[in-house]
Amino acid sequence: MTFPFPVDASLSLIEPLLIVCGVGILLLLLDLVLPHGQKHLTAWVALGGLGWALIRTLAQWGLSERGYAGMVSLDNLSTLFNVVFLCSTAIVVLLSMAFLKREEVEHAEYHALLLFATSGMMMLASGLDLITLFLGIEVLSISLYILAGYRRNSDASNEAAMKYFLLGAFASGILLYGIALVYGATGTTSLHRIGEAIAGVGAPVPEGLIYAGMSLILVGLAFKVAAVPFHMWTPDVYQGAPTPITAFLSAGPKAAAFAAFLRVFFIAFGPAQAEWDMVLGVIAVLTMTVGNIAAIAQTNVKRMLAYSSIAHSGYVLIGLVSGGLVGGTGAVFYLMAYVAMNLGAFGIVVLLESKADRGEELKDYAGIGFKYPLIGALLSLFMLSLSGIPPTVGFVGKLYLFGTAVQTGHVWLAVFGVLNSAISVFYYLRLLVLMYMRESQETLPAIRIPLAMAVVLTVAAVGTLWPGLFPNTWFHAAQESVRSIFS
Amino acid sequence: MSTIAVPLAAYQILAGALFTIGVVGVLVRRSALIVFMSIELMLNAVNLSFVAFSRQHGSMDGHIFVFFVMAVAAAEVAIGLAILIAIFRKRETANVDDVHLLKG
Repeated sequence: MTFPFPVDASLSLIEPLLIVCGVGILLLLLDLVLPHGQKHLTAWVALGGLGWALIRTLAQWGLSERGYAGMVSLDNLSTLFNVVFLCSTAIVVLLSMAFLKREEVEHAEYHALLLFATSGMMMLASGLDLITLFLGIEVLSISLYILAGYRRNSDASNEAAMKYFLLGAFASGILLYGIALVYGATGTTSLHRIGEAIAGVGAPVPEGLIYAGMSLILVGLAFKVAAVPFHMWTPDVYQGAPTPITAFLSAGPKAAAFAAFLRVFFIAFGPAQAEWDMVLGVIAVLTMTVGNIAAIAQTNVKRMLAYSSIAHSGYVLIGLVSGGLVGGTGAVFYLMAYVAMNLGAFGIVVLLESKADRGEELKDYAGIGFKYPLIGALLSLFMLSLSGIPPTVGFVGKLYLFGTAVQTGHVWLAVFGVLNSAISVFYYLRLLVLMYMRESQETLPAIRIPLAMAVVLTVAAVGTLWPGLFPNTWFHAAQESVRSIFS
Repeated sequence: MSTIAVPLAAYQILAGALFTIGVVGVLVRRSALIVFMSIELMLNAVNLSFVAFSRQHGSMDGHIFVFFVMAVAAAEVAIGLAILIAIFRKRETANVDDVHLLKG
C-alpha cells in the first residue's frame, strides 16, 4: 500500500501504529454512541484493534526500511518491541476488565488512553531521529499521567498523577535541553548523522557541548527507565496508580524507554562508548543495589514490586554497558522475560486486591497458598522467575546477561549482578513464606478467577516457563532485532 | 542608522540562564503551580537555544523541533492543570509538601 506523498512516506511503514492510533480515536467516538451499561464493550474493540495490529506487525518481521526523511525505521528491533508492546497492552486490557467494573470508572477513555500510550511506545521504538524519540516519549508520558490519576476520587491516585506529572515534565525538560545541545554540537537531529559527527566524519564537533548534551539526555532517559538516582517517582507512582496501570507502567513503557536507550546510545553515541560506559556501569550497579535493598523494607506489595522493577532496570543496564551485539541481545532478552513474569505477578495482585486498595499489604498474603492452591502456585512461579531461579525465563535471562558482562570484560558488573540477585531472593521468597507458612488472620473469601484473568495468567505462566526451558526462539528474536540496528 | 548584531553566544547564555532559573525553581518552590511554571520556563529556554543553534547551523531542524516542543508543552499544560485541579478539589492545597500520602 503506497500513497503518492511528496516525501518518502509509505504508510505501510507505520501501519501497526496507525491501526492502534485509529482504534483509539474510534473508541472515543464509540463512547458517544454506546448506551450506558454497554461501555464495557470498548474493551473488546480495543482488543480487536491490538490483535489486528499484532497480525500486521508479525507480517513485518524481517523487513528493513527507512522512511519519512530517515526519521522512522522499520527494522527487526522496532518489530520485536511492537510485538512486546501490543501483547503487554492486550494483557493489561484483559487485567482491567474486573477492575473497571469494580471501581465504577469510565471505560472508553481508559482503553483509548491505553492505545494512545501504546502508539507512543511504538513511535519510540521505531524512532531514528531525536524528534521522533521526543514525540514518542511525550505521547506515551502524557497518556500515562492521566492513567496514573485515573481514579479521580482516590487521594493516592491523584497524588501519584501529580508526582509523576511534575517529575516527568521536569525530566522531559532536561532531556530536551540535552537534545538541543547535541543538535548545537552536530547540526543534526538524526541519530545516524550524530553518530557520524561524533566518530569524526566531517567537521570536528565541540567536545564540551556534545558531552554536556549526552549527559542531559542520559539523565532524561534514566528517569524514564527509573534508574537510580532518578528513580524517586517510581515507588509513589506505582503504589498510587490503579493496579492494572501499575502493571502497564512496569511493562511496556519501561521496554519502550530501553528501546530508545538502545538506539540513542548504540547508534548516536556508539562511537563515544568509552566515555559513557563507566558512567552507565555505575548507574547500573546503584540501580540494582538501591532497588533491591529498598524492596526488603517494604510492606506494600505494589511498592515492593516497584523497587523490584527499579532493580530489574539495573540488570538490563548491564546489557547496555556490555555493548555491541551480545550486550544488546542480553538486554532485549531480559526485557522480554521481565515483561512476561512481571505482568504475571501483577495479574495476581490485581486478582487478590479488592475495592479501596484492600489486599495490597504483604500481610494480606498470609495463608493464601493453601486456600487458593492455583493462585499460590502461579505467584510462586512468578516470584521464582523474578528472583532468577531455574527453570524459569528469569534465570536464563540473568545467566546470559551476566555471561555477556564477563565476556566483554565487565566482571565487576557481573559480580554486583549476582550479589544483587542473592539479595532479591530474600524479599521474593518472603512472599512465598507468608503464603505457605502463616495462617491468615481473617477468613478468606472464595475467589472465582474470571475468564479474562485466566487467559492473562496462562499467557504469563507460559511466557515465564516455556522460554525458560527452550530459550532459543526468544533468543534468536532478540539477537536478530539488535543485529538490525547495526546494519 | 546601523544595527548592532547580537552575537549568537549571547542567545545561548540567556537560554542557559533561563534553564538554570527553571531548574532552581522546580527544586526550591513548594507550590505545584510555580513548579509547573518553572518547567515551562525550562522548555522555553530550550526553544530559544534551538532557534539560535538553528540560525548558527543554517538548518531548519531546530525550528521544526521548536514547533513540536510548543505543541507538546500545550498538551502538557492541559493535563497538568487538570491534575492540579483534581488535587485542589479534594485537599484544598496546591503545595507539594502537603501531598505526602505515599512514602517509604
